[in-house]
Amino acid sequence: MVTSGFAKWARVGAVALLPVLEVAPAAAGDTAPLPRADGYAAPRQEMVRVIEAIAGYAPLSPGRRALSPDVLDVMAEVPRHAFVPEALRDRAYDDRPLPIGYGQTISQPYIVALMTDLLEVDGDDVVLEIGTGSGYQAAVLAPLVKHVYTIEIVPPLADRAKGRLAAAGYANVTTRTGDGYYGWPAHAPFDGIVVTAASSHIPPPLVAQLRPGARMVIPVGAPFLVQHLVLVEKDLDGKVTTRLMLPVAFVPLTGGH
Amino acid sequence: MAVVVAVALLSAAALGYEILLIRLFSIILWHHFAFMIISLALLGVGASGTFLVFARRWLEPRFHRAFAGFAAAFGISAVACFALARRVPFNPLEVVWDLGQQAALLQIYLLLALPFFCAATCVGLALSRFRERIGAIYRADLMGAGAGASLVLLALFVLAPEDYLRALGGLGLAAAAVIAFAGPGPRWPAGLLAALALAVPFAWPADWIAPQPSPYKGLSLALHVPQARVIAERSSPLGLLSVVESPAVPFRHAPGLSLTAKAGPPPQLGVFTDGDGLTVITRFDGTFAKLAYLDQQTAALPFHLLRRPRTLILGAGGGADVLRALYHAARQVDAVEINPQMADLVRRDGGGFAGRLFRTPGVRLHIREARSFVEATGQRWDLIHVGLLDSFTASAAGVLALKESALYTVEAFEAYLARLEPGGILAITRWLRVPPRDSLKLFATAIAALEGLGVAAPGERLALIRSWNTATLMVKNGPLTAENIAAIRRFAEARSFDVSYYPGMAPEEANRFNRWREPFLYDGTAALLGPGRERFLEDYKFHIAPATDDRPYFFRFFKWRLLPEVLAIRGRAAMTLLEGGYLIVAATLAQAAIVSVLLIVLPLAWMGRGEGAAPGAPGRGRVMVYFLALGLAFLFVEIAFIQRFVLFLGHPLYAISVVLAAFLVFAGLGSGYSARLAEHRAAARIGPISLAVAGIIVFAGVYLAVLPVLFGWLMAESDPVKILVSVVLIAPLAFFMGMPFPLGLRRIADQAPRLVPWAWGVNGCASVLSAVLASLLATHVGFAVVVALAMGLYGIAALAFAR
Repeated sequence: MVTSGFAKWARVGAVALLPVLEVAPAAAGDTAPLPRADGYAAPRQEMVRVIEAIAGYAPLSPGRRALSPDVLDVMAEVPRHAFVPEALRDRAYDDRPLPIGYGQTISQPYIVALMTDLLEVDGDDVVLEIGTGSGYQAAVLAPLVKHVYTIEIVPPLADRAKGRLAAAGYANVTTRTGDGYYGWPAHAPFDGIVVTAASSHIPPPLVAQLRPGARMVIPVGAPFLVQHLVLVEKDLDGKVTTRLMLPVAFVPLTGGH
Repeated sequence: MAVVVAVALLSAAALGYEILLIRLFSIILWHHFAFMIISLALLGVGASGTFLVFARRWLEPRFHRAFAGFAAAFGISAVACFALARRVPFNPLEVVWDLGQQAALLQIYLLLALPFFCAATCVGLALSRFRERIGAIYRADLMGAGAGASLVLLALFVLAPEDYLRALGGLGLAAAAVIAFAGPGPRWPAGLLAALALAVPFAWPADWIAPQPSPYKGLSLALHVPQARVIAERSSPLGLLSVVESPAVPFRHAPGLSLTAKAGPPPQLGVFTDGDGLTVITRFDGTFAKLAYLDQQTAALPFHLLRRPRTLILGAGGGADVLRALYHAARQVDAVEINPQMADLVRRDGGGFAGRLFRTPGVRLHIREARSFVEATGQRWDLIHVGLLDSFTASAAGVLALKESALYTVEAFEAYLARLEPGGILAITRWLRVPPRDSLKLFATAIAALEGLGVAAPGERLALIRSWNTATLMVKNGPLTAENIAAIRRFAEARSFDVSYYPGMAPEEANRFNRWREPFLYDGTAALLGPGRERFLEDYKFHIAPATDDRPYFFRFFKWRLLPEVLAIRGRAAMTLLEGGYLIVAATLAQAAIVSVLLIVLPLAWMGRGEGAAPGAPGRGRVMVYFLALGLAFLFVEIAFIQRFVLFLGHPLYAISVVLAAFLVFAGLGSGYSARLAEHRAAARIGPISLAVAGIIVFAGVYLAVLPVLFGWLMAESDPVKILVSVVLIAPLAFFMGMPFPLGLRRIADQAPRLVPWAWGVNGCASVLSAVLASLLATHVGFAVVVALAMGLYGIAALAFAR
């Protein structure tokens, strides 16, 4: 079911030679979604239950009391174990970040769900992700949107994520190896942007490529320790503001100030 | 004689090893993990005492062979154990998720404890074997350590840390050769050991011992980017600087850049200190238009209130703040940078890149520690800017929690304000965290400083703005005018920055562009300026009361009260609210205490009660109290005074080497003199121990009261004068501090010799606890109280051994 060995290697070669070359998703015929009877159904359900429980306490978007059922359904479908290193598969559905090499992590499932939820995307949307990492966030977004474009700066990570996404049958995800700072102008504007790569500032080109009315989500913190989320909102007039949100219900003052 | 030389060599090597390990693990991990690892490894010293209680009888008759064996084992294990420890996959960032990390940490402790165990076994054995020469051996131990401390700091300017590690291994083997040469039996083992001492340092493969930064540090991450490479490296005790060029994906470091900015920074070189704490050298070809981003950060605010200000930049780093001042046509820029190698990199390697930044007319570079530069200068500026040089990662992970900083204390702010021209501005930029911590603590510090200077209405002089990830505080030398306020509002509005405070601000102006659930900063600043300040500081769940010179821990935000709340909601992504750094040090103390109790209590079962003791000899309880108190008190005093002198001498490295060496050398002389004192006072009513303790208490007490005033007077003196004054001040205190240990040990050597190694072990454990405890205590109660506690402990010791 995977593309032939030669085709795979040709793609890897192309990526290595041309870091910013756009690579089309694997041929559609090869990518029938994996059946999810993969032996991980039970831990995956448990993971979703944990996420739901945490979200019950978390400050979500104004007027929202729970994560979107669509997001939770997707979390219950995506084979997270396929996106973690083999040695860590038995911990894939624990609600914690895991190392994936090259100093990067696959985010805590709850944070992935929260970020996905904050984007408020629907089936017609085109989404950009900066920092493919393991490919898991792209896989979670894929069933919810029309297309996901994702850029990873570290070539081996990009190659691996691409292979996984293709193997798991996500046909509407396009990966690219290269610099995410300038976004992906050819497919802009985007209906949502996720920036998972750490940055000292929000790249102006990304702000420019956000469609009016759309949102960008950025987790802030150290590796393994997401401290807060920044939600960038561009209103219909093009005015840009942010919202700084803790992923946890916490009041910094005691005594009901 | 040979014993004295060998002990001195080994002590020099062991203390050098301790400092070196902190350096190496600062490169691999972060400083406070280094501190923790080395503290626990030093329990090897305590373990040597326990071991000698059991093995003394067997080892003493074979003294020379045993000493040579353990010294050689130190020489080999110092390098080999580090080589193994660096391979243990310990990731401190994962500690909150994975208790398995504790097991990795334990492996590192055990590995690194071995060399300290070997070295301490040699010294303990020498003290136990040559009871009549305890004073001289302890003197060699202290003076060797003093020499070792100075040597390592000098050596690290010329040698890479891993190369000095090789040399220290050789020093251990040399100590073994010396003792083997003096011993009975054939001479060839001594020759062999001497040959090994020369050969082994060169034999270690480089890739076994090179420190590899954690994969999660900025440098490691940067080097995964295609074509990125290290183009220059400098190493000194101040840190390992790595300059990274990344042509394919250039660095673009611009903290808090406005959301309305049209462009980011031009290409930059990244400079990492110990693999983290990115500062950048920005390309500057003389065209200011390409630097427009510098006006799009919160730090640019003061330039919109001042016309062509004479500017002082504290913490020049790669020079971004200097460029910002030039961009805004500052008439003069004084840039202070502590690390000469950093300045050198900007000047030389970055010269073509940075456009000879520090040679631009009007720019002056000062290689000094920032606080002492300000204290010593007679000049005044229109703008003093404290730059943002620590990494967000370090800040977010709380790894600085126990890092002292003389830059962010109330006294420091007072000094900055005193160097401002009338109408001048002090500006400080920090990372913004959620919920706010740094920004509120800065605000509280500024209020305290203004009040300290007698300003009746501090609120009239303050302004605070923020982007989505930085906050800039401004303190004006004089009330902000309506024109100033209009400029602040214009600046913020145009860049979508939020104003969080200025005098007379309306509540609806807060929290507009970068919104929190509530206007935390606006409310916080209002509370800090209002009558409910103390209550607010108390009720706020993070520690945001201002740091002072006595408690210089700006970066500690942890309050114990937070712990139960976070643990109660730990399954809900709450762990990141905790300051990892503080808790790690607290955990270190707990672990060290448990191990110490085991090491101290274990031998008691073996030692028969009072067996072989002379009538009137101190019992085990008194021996334990005496050596525990001494071990705690010695380092309490040493650490507290090092902190005081660092502020005075300005440069932490010179200060630490001068103060440490002076303490150890004069304590060594005191130890050497103690035997004679004991003879003189043999029949006196006030025994030698009481006399020494009285001396310590008098000098420490006087210094506690007098040093702040004295240092204030002498601040502007030249370095040689200040160093001389420091040595003269330390000499008598340290001299007395060197006496109680050998005096007490001598007494039990005469009256209950079996207890000698045990006392050595108790003292070793206490020293470990002391170093950790001193830092923790100082964050809460300040260094003055730590010294007062030390005086009390010395008093307890004297009582325990009073006749």
